[in-house]
Amino acid sequence: MAPPETDSDAGSVTLVFLGPLAELAGTERRLVCAPLDWSGLLSALEPALAQQVAGARVHVACAGRVLADKTALEARAGDEVALLPPVSGG
Amino acid sequence: MRDIRLLAEPFEPYALVDGFTQAHPGLGGACTFVGEVRGDDGVEALELTHYEPLTLPGMEDLADRAFARFDLMGLIMVHRVGVMHPGEPIVCVCAAARHRRSAFEATDFCMDHLKSAAWFWKREKRATVNGGEWRWIEPRDEDHADLARWSDEGTVARKNSPV
Repeated sequence: MAPPETDSDAGSVTLVFLGPLAELAGTERRLVCAPLDWSGLLSALEPALAQQVAGARVHVACAGRVLADKTALEARAGDEVALLPPVSGG
Repeated sequence: MRDIRLLAEPFEPYALVDGFTQAHPGLGGACTFVGEVRGDDGVEALELTHYEPLTLPGMEDLADRAFARFDLMGLIMVHRVGVMHPGEPIVCVCAAARHRRSAFEATDFCMDHLKSAAWFWKREKRATVNGGEWRWIEPRDEDHADLARWSDEGTVARKNSPV
């Protein structure tokens, strides 16, 4: 029997979907195989989600830091990758 | 004194402010802003989500910048997350300073940045014939204009900020 998947799963990266992206993904968190780069991220997502994430208004954070250039993503096992849509304002 | 927090439960902003001003005997003045959930247009509830690794550190960074920019004696910046209803407080900012202008401006500065340069996502539930539906709130142009008022921040680093 496979061990239960947890956030500390050694061989994986945790994707975190924020705000409207969580609704689109149908979940707030998802585990994907490590390591994970930008093209790996896009191919791990459903087309509609990948299209949103690739858009200029979505930021990506890796291990608690917002990436200045999200296409430079290099997530390692145990990292959390957050997909951050535009914040809501007033 | 510095009190920067995210709260998942309802809070009493004026109790925070009372304790704060009593902790600063002889302060010149304190300026307080309390934001509440608006009950207009049939809004039944507002939900704020945040991202733990970024949202509170971003508020701490904002407080650092407020202390660097204004002559403050203390600052409260408390923000709710979770589901709220009309009339409930969402945010309380209170800046204490020797002179009123610093207190006014620091409060205004913190609010403008909390509104449009902090990691919060909001959706609201409005009454409909089907019993209410949730809708995400999009960024507004006015928020960015409000933020532009402070653009003379110059080279002060904004770590991990949405804008």
